[in-house]
Amino acid sequence: MSSNSFAYNEQSGGGEATELGQEATSTISPSGAFGLFSSDMKKNEDLKQMLESNKDSAKLDAMKRIVGMIAKGKNASELFPAVVKNVASKNIEIKKLVYVYLVRYAEEQQDLALLSISTFQRALKDPNQLIRASALRVLSSIRVPIIVPIMMLAIKEASADLSPYVRKNAAHAIQKLYSLDPEQKEMLIEIIEKLLKDKSTLVAGSVVMAFEEVCPDRIDLIHKNYRKLCNLLVDVEEWGQVVIIHMLTRYARTQFVSPWKEGDGLEDNEKDFYDSDEEQKEKADKRKRPYTMDPDHRLLIRNTKPLLQSRNAAVVMAVAQLYWHIAPKSEAGIISKSLVRLLRSNREVQYIVLQNIATMSIQRKGMFEPYLKSFYVRSTDPTMIKILKLEILTNLANEANISTLLREFQTYVKSQDKQFAAATIQTIGRCATSITEVSDTCLNGLVCLLSNRDEIVVAESVVVIKKLLQMQPIQHGEIIKHMAKLLDSITVPVARASILWLIGENCERVPKIAPDVLRKTAKSFTSEDDLVKLQILNLGAKLYLTNSKQTKLLTQYILNLGKYDQNYDIRDRTRFIRQLIVPNEKSGALSKYAKKIFLAQKPAPLLESPFKDRDHFQLGTLSHTLNTKATGYLELSNWPEVAPDPSVRNVEVIELAKEWTPAGKAKKENPDEKFYSESEEEEDSSESSSDSESASGSESGEDEEEDHSGDSGEDSGESGSESEAGKGRAAKHAKARGKGDSKDVDKEKENSKSSESSSGESSSIEESSSDSESESESESESESRTITKAKEKKTKQDRNPLTKDVSLLDLDDFNPVSSPVVLPTPALSPSLIADLEGLNLSATSSVISVSTPVFVPGKTHVLLHRMSGKGLAAHYFFPRQPCIFGDKMVSVQITLNNTTDQKIENIHVGGKKLPMGMQMHVFNPIESLEPAGSITVSVGIDFCDSTQTASFQLCTKDDCFSVNIQPPVGELLLPVAMSEKDFKKEQGLQLKLCTVGH
Amino acid sequence: MIHSLFLINCSGDIFLEKHWKSVVSQSVCDYFFEAQEKAADVENVPPVISTPHHYLISIYRDKLFFVSVIQTEVPPLFVIEFLHRVADTFQDYFGECSEAAIKDNVVIVYELLEEMLDNGFPLATESNILKELIKPPTILRSVVNSITGSSNVGDTLPTGQLSNIPWRRAGVKYTNNEAYFDVVEEIDAIIDKSGSTVFAEIQGVIDACIKLSGMPDLSLSFMNPRLLDDVSFHPCIRFKRWESERVLSFIPPDGNFRLISYRVSSQNLVAIPVYVKHSISFKENSSCGRFDITIGPKQNMGKTIEAITVTVHMPKVVLNMNLTPTQGSYTFDPVTKVLTWDVGKITPQKLPSLKGLVNLQSGAPKPEENPSLNIQFKIQQLAISGLKVNRLDMYGEKYKPFKGVKYVTKAGKFQVRT
Repeated sequence: MSSNSFAYNEQSGGGEATELGQEATSTISPSGAFGLFSSDMKKNEDLKQMLESNKDSAKLDAMKRIVGMIAKGKNASELFPAVVKNVASKNIEIKKLVYVYLVRYAEEQQDLALLSISTFQRALKDPNQLIRASALRVLSSIRVPIIVPIMMLAIKEASADLSPYVRKNAAHAIQKLYSLDPEQKEMLIEIIEKLLKDKSTLVAGSVVMAFEEVCPDRIDLIHKNYRKLCNLLVDVEEWGQVVIIHMLTRYARTQFVSPWKEGDGLEDNEKDFYDSDEEQKEKADKRKRPYTMDPDHRLLIRNTKPLLQSRNAAVVMAVAQLYWHIAPKSEAGIISKSLVRLLRSNREVQYIVLQNIATMSIQRKGMFEPYLKSFYVRSTDPTMIKILKLEILTNLANEANISTLLREFQTYVKSQDKQFAAATIQTIGRCATSITEVSDTCLNGLVCLLSNRDEIVVAESVVVIKKLLQMQPIQHGEIIKHMAKLLDSITVPVARASILWLIGENCERVPKIAPDVLRKTAKSFTSEDDLVKLQILNLGAKLYLTNSKQTKLLTQYILNLGKYDQNYDIRDRTRFIRQLIVPNEKSGALSKYAKKIFLAQKPAPLLESPFKDRDHFQLGTLSHTLNTKATGYLELSNWPEVAPDPSVRNVEVIELAKEWTPAGKAKKENPDEKFYSESEEEEDSSESSSDSESASGSESGEDEEEDHSGDSGEDSGESGSESEAGKGRAAKHAKARGKGDSKDVDKEKENSKSSESSSGESSSIEESSSDSESESESESESESRTITKAKEKKTKQDRNPLTKDVSLLDLDDFNPVSSPVVLPTPALSPSLIADLEGLNLSATSSVISVSTPVFVPGKTHVLLHRMSGKGLAAHYFFPRQPCIFGDKMVSVQITLNNTTDQKIENIHVGGKKLPMGMQMHVFNPIESLEPAGSITVSVGIDFCDSTQTASFQLCTKDDCFSVNIQPPVGELLLPVAMSEKDFKKEQGLQLKLCTVGH
Repeated sequence: MIHSLFLINCSGDIFLEKHWKSVVSQSVCDYFFEAQEKAADVENVPPVISTPHHYLISIYRDKLFFVSVIQTEVPPLFVIEFLHRVADTFQDYFGECSEAAIKDNVVIVYELLEEMLDNGFPLATESNILKELIKPPTILRSVVNSITGSSNVGDTLPTGQLSNIPWRRAGVKYTNNEAYFDVVEEIDAIIDKSGSTVFAEIQGVIDACIKLSGMPDLSLSFMNPRLLDDVSFHPCIRFKRWESERVLSFIPPDGNFRLISYRVSSQNLVAIPVYVKHSISFKENSSCGRFDITIGPKQNMGKTIEAITVTVHMPKVVLNMNLTPTQGSYTFDPVTKVLTWDVGKITPQKLPSLKGLVNLQSGAPKPEENPSLNIQFKIQQLAISGLKVNRLDMYGEKYKPFKGVKYVTKAGKFQVRT
């Protein structure tokens, strides 16, 4: 093979070289004719063969090698056809690796990539939410413009998916589609608008990210979701928090009026640095008219505070910048502690945080003054960190701490890190100018440094002294003389230039030295740096004007040298100076004023912090770090003079509630701001125990509004039903505990004895954690009784995580939309049914006559997937027929399929785990089910008019599988026909009942 | 957000690249190399670099550069924090975050990166979820995999990602239920020439190793919670509970994790457990100097100070050192000019010292400043701040876990100026 290809290479190589070159450049894949790639070619050949083999292990091996190639940046695009065939592979790992490959190369091989699309489209309909999500993820990552409509459709569908995880992925897909085809913006904004209303913490971060990317200017979309986002914030994952906080900062700056006292900015500059913020606030309060903060503004500030405690530096920084930009100045102080904490982190985090602190410390010194020592430099810090710390120390310097700081600086100046030592000298110079009390001390210190051994230190000192002397027009003849002497030893151009300038400027004060210096430098003129040459020219000119007797010839000599210099700047300058100072017949009026021009009083340079101008960038952004506007940077607007209408943020509960509660029920709900959070809480507590506490904690603010919100939360039918269910469970729990055998009780006692915390607390916690799922609860009950049994169950449960997912989902997942209901919307909310539990529906109203369903959906639900059921698959659907086993029961038809190639024997229902009051009528055991055979059985379940899950075990001869049936609300209802009048009457009755119930 | 990631080793080879959006050519790294050259020292490569079309944000970890390519405005800390999380994950999976480990496990690395970011936005960064999705490699598993052809991609679906407790995986089962907490405190200090403390504070962490079945709900309380001045929490901790009762209440992730980190403010007096007597001098115009340091215990609360190491970055003009330690051993690297003295334990009867001569480059001026000494030590069974765990209670599960708390005090950035 190799010899073959070699021969081929030689042959073609000897042929038409030009054509070859073209071929090599025109195709992306390495052409076989190119000798260098021949070995690659061969390798790829065997990869192809492996991919086409029917053994998974070979395919996997091949895919692994291909991924290795991609990782190294090698081109593997020519394998595309072979790889794409495996997109439908059963093996998850192969599939994943194929996805990796597809996403990488689809852009280059658009036509072939289309082959894979149908697989994803199919997967988008998969009953498993994770498969739907990953299909959407890959589909949207394939950057092929042709499939834009397909993607659009998929995103639209996914954004209405029941699973929040799929919706999260839809939010991600929005950004991908937008970058592929910005034309779709309008449609995408609609989807974003819809997703922004989502209440799931999973979705919030991703959709805000999409919002920022696609339509950051559509601030109007945020209004209605503002309060919800604020309340959800604590529970959102950390990355989402960062994005949301940044967005809300911008939002707040457009919607609220400034909480900063007028003239605060001025005050900052005028007043003494060391006034604490508290004092400042008091002063301001006396003078200014009272300012009342918008409660929404306060909400944001309050709800972000706990996040300062996050372990994620990015979150802490995001909160810090939020406080900096939108909180009242007196409250911003709390961020400094957290920021200082971040300084213990990695060098990169330190770098960014120090930069931001540097900007802050210029404007509000008081904030970081207590932490002065945290910015002391260690010899092991990297130079860039040292310099930033130094910058902050300079900003924080004041009369009170300057002596300590100067002592600290003394150590720094001696540092082995010369760049840092030089920066320290600069710093001393800045301190000297800003704090007049110490300027003499600083100057003396700097002069001492002039005798330092290190040239860089001396040079830097010279430059700084020059600046200082320029600022203080006092007599410093001695220092100048000393510096003139240094000229012999110093070689650093900037320093030499500085000395020359200084002597020139003060040439009348050192009349004896100046001409001598000129003489010396004239001698070395040709070998000097350009910078120094210019200053020699200047010095010459100044001396010529003041002391022409001694220096006329020297200056002319220098001017002649300059005339023929290689650098045109110097030649220009020479010509200019000559015309100006040397009187000749042509010289104009200007030369009369030459002395005034050259020896004018020059303004002293201002020693400023390099961070001074950074504050116009939002803190914590890339733009701030780079000090230039980065692509996509969104300006932080100034506070509006007058706040825009705050009522836009009011959420109209009624309108929203319609989705959840039947129209007739939406009554006195006041448009309360806490609506979302409350219902979210309900969801939380039903979903899992962990967050319920923190969420409720975050809500239990001091506000009075809380009280109303409690009401409204209960009122909305959805959450009401849930709390009902929760109560039921709790009751059951308590009962079950009571029943528990004595051993159990003993244990319990022991526990409570050993725990110091009150028993009431402990039980409440236990309850909250076990409330989460009825299934897990009953399991833990049984676990304590018999370990072996529990183990058995556990394994079963492990094998069947899918079914468990269902109960983990958000509540809105089983809202009626889930089944394709064409029937008129149900007349009763589940909570009402619960309220009316005592009343027998059919008995109470003679007017109600049960009718046959107009429409029976053919949709089946997966009860047991064949993968998890070892080949036994089960599906169920609700036939909507009156149940033959009892009138309270809902009939469910289960279709069992045998997908194995052996008989499955003795299929029956094993242990049932039903919540309180629920009943189930099981089907008769099936003796055997032939391979590929299927059988339909029907069971009846009394769900007690709740949407609780009925869990039971589906057993075969060898195995047991835990399965759950959870009815959509719609399936619990009895189809009835009644006249409008009767309906109204019923409604009135129920409303009355309802109010009594509350 | 994050466009691409390049992993670069110390010699400047790009050995791994991953793109989440369109492919960005490797040549973008040239800007990085340029900056690296300019910085001279790896520590000084700026973390954020601006190039004509992209922005490069990089971190340096374990002799590797993680260089990410950014195209639009993003909070730089967001990227930095994420890159560190990636490095942490590698560390967690492969035991070390080195070029060799990454190259050996390139497929797993790729799968991980694929799961961690979607379109450049973090998707799953919790190690518990990732481990459910992609099983970490073990020798046993790789053998089994090669025989059975099974894969290391989990076939169970990561339920954690869907729940409100994303940090904990479902169905955890242990035969021995254990919960261990390590209270580790580090003393950061700068001691000046005369031995007085310029700056000192305590940085503490509580690392937990939790191996408990089911969904345990733990609460950890302290004898003296007021000590904790500034705390940062793992997301599992209920903030409100801490605010109101000063109790750490949480459902823990499975395995090892950092529960909290805290700072005990510098306002409180920090006990400094060791002192150093030093006399380092370089003679003018002669090519030698004297070096003499002695270490002794101070405020050590009656505990032994162990594992003492002294590291000194000597000035460049130092050629060699001839020293005699009374205890332990020392090394001097003439290239990096780093002197390391491994002391070991301090016995108060006989204080360890290191004495001898320093050879300087002849003719060179004597060093301006004496080098500062970096000291490492360890004290077992002591939290220098005095923090004490009161009790650990577990709710939600019935079994009795084995509980343990360990205290260690270490030197953090402990520097003595001479």
